Amino acid sequence: MDWFLNPTSVSDKLIVMVVAIVLFVAIMALILWLIDRPNVPNWLVVAGFLGPVTIALVVGLFYPAAGTVWRSFQVSQAAVGPDGKPVINPNTGQKTSELVFSFANYDKVFTDPSFQKVLLNTVWWVILVPVVATVFGLIYAVLVDRTRGEKLAKALVFLPMAISMVGASIIWKFMYEYRQEGAPQIGLLNQVLVWLGLDPYQFIITEPWNTFFLIVVMIWIQAGFAMTVLSAAIKSVPDDIVEAAQIDGATGFKLFRKVTVPTIRPAVVVVITTIAMGSLKAFDIVRTMTGGNFGTSVVANEFYTQTFRQGEQGVGIGAALAVILFVIIIPVIVYNVRQMRLSEEMR
Amino acid sequence: MSMSGSAVELPVTTEATGAEAPLTSRQLKRQLRLQEAKTKLSSPWASGLAILLAILWTIPTFGLFVTSFRPASDIVSSGWWTFFANPGVTFENYENAWSGNGGLSAFFLNSFVITLPAVIIPISLALLAAYAFAWIEFPFRGVLFVAVFALQIVPIQVTLIPLQTIFVNFGLQNSFWPVWISHTIFGLPLAIFLLHNFMKEVPASIVEAARVDGAGHVKIFFVVLLPLLVPAIAAFAIFQFLWVWNDLLVAIVFAPSPNLKPITAAIAELSGTRGSQWELLSAGAFIAIVVPLAVFLGLQRYFVRGLLAGGVKG
Repeated sequence: MDWFLNPTSVSDKLIVMVVAIVLFVAIMALILWLIDRPNVPNWLVVAGFLGPVTIALVVGLFYPAAGTVWRSFQVSQAAVGPDGKPVINPNTGQKTSELVFSFANYDKVFTDPSFQKVLLNTVWWVILVPVVATVFGLIYAVLVDRTRGEKLAKALVFLPMAISMVGASIIWKFMYEYRQEGAPQIGLLNQVLVWLGLDPYQFIITEPWNTFFLIVVMIWIQAGFAMTVLSAAIKSVPDDIVEAAQIDGATGFKLFRKVTVPTIRPAVVVVITTIAMGSLKAFDIVRTMTGGNFGTSVVANEFYTQTFRQGEQGVGIGAALAVILFVIIIPVIVYNVRQMRLSEEMR
Repeated sequence: MSMSGSAVELPVTTEATGAEAPLTSRQLKRQLRLQEAKTKLSSPWASGLAILLAILWTIPTFGLFVTSFRPASDIVSSGWWTFFANPGVTFENYENAWSGNGGLSAFFLNSFVITLPAVIIPISLALLAAYAFAWIEFPFRGVLFVAVFALQIVPIQVTLIPLQTIFVNFGLQNSFWPVWISHTIFGLPLAIFLLHNFMKEVPASIVEAARVDGAGHVKIFFVVLLPLLVPAIAAFAIFQFLWVWNDLLVAIVFAPSPNLKPITAAIAELSGTRGSQWELLSAGAFIAIVVPLAVFLGLQRYFVRGLLAGGVKG
């Protein structure tokens, strides 16, 4: 079964891929074949259609999420036996550890200065990326609306959406590339500084502004999303509303501010909340550009570092950070869904 | 909200049909155009600003693209913008990145092996579930659907460690299976929600007619609904494809060994270990980008439709 779990050659990998798909199709076909006959009770049909998904979601999402919440309230410490002495594992001769209930993980995350910095950085990401990307997307959507070359203009701004965040990070790392003063600059931004007669600047390393240069990358990616959704919203503003406003004498910017913006408000809300959630969870950019060094870490990146790089102690803190992500997202989604319901009722 | 995908693809083309139109409509159009001029912010300044922004947005990608074709000695000694005064083109960077010391071809294959099942499996499962939620009556249907919708808010970070434990218990760690399974699980809630919305838009009369003819749920699903849902499936498939292909977190948690690593993870690692070798990084980045880029450019219409369904509806 080596090829099944650990394929190394090209052909083995392709075979195991095909096997995975065929296995899945075969199981689903069997289930559907079993329920596709007369006189099968309704509940069995429902179980056939929904069963696999339910199992996947309960075992794969619900149970792990609950486990992580639980783990975030536990810390690892040396186990103490009833006699007050540390418990020694008879097989290894090492002291054994046990998990005990504690708020220590949260306490550390909220009071330790380095974690406070992480939280502060995350706040900047979650505020700046959605706001700037949305404002840019809206302005750009209005500028290119119904012009010649609209499609191309939109595609250019939208392109970063298709590029992975890792790819985008490398593209921007090259923009920020720094060479010592006097040496030929190969990063465009530092060359611009030199052309302007200024000293080259270490964009990625120099605190505290480096966090904002990472944020620029996320804005660069998300603006295309904002532009596309808002452009569709602008195009669907009913003509009669625009005409009525024009009869009342509204033109140009006033028309935009008083008519277009209020009409597309629901779309703006959705765009802002969607981008905010994306920025909250995005860890690829920080991971690729700085690895969280130089004071640029955010919650999503710190979660990874703590959980997978800091051993047993880090797992609890990582769990607490993941739960914090979770807790911040909930109100955003609730607000989002309520706005959606509201605008559906108005329709 | 009445924003369907088609709204995007409706540029107003007044000029195109102007010639054959009767006088009245031509007058009307002139009037409309005059009106439009007033309502829009359009002016030479606006167009100039739009072009400037488009250029600004494209320069970073363009710069790395040019760099990927320059000889390594040129890259370190001068900026990519000097390329046009002093051009020197080589494909050596790509050769090196693909099969030389970058060795990305193996990771490219891993990306492919990871992505295909991770797109097909969740969509098939989600289609079945969406059908049940849309067209089969059963108790607690509404509550269950809301529960699935609500699961979208679970950030994948929250699930990783317990999932890892489960995979280890089943002896699946360090294989493609955890990657496929976790991508499937993470993709399901959104897929079910979106496909359910599309399924609901199919007129009930069509489904009823099939039912009267004696078709069971399985037959209705395959014969009546699936053919109607092809555009929706394509839209979501593109999303899932890009998501999986571009993913870093799931890959480095569940497929850390070089034998399984996809190209995104490989590039991210290159950036850490050989951050100054731009001849390798630039070509490598474009090898990783080219597939999603081709998908995006080729299927832009579906892509935008899926984005609007996902972004605007929830």
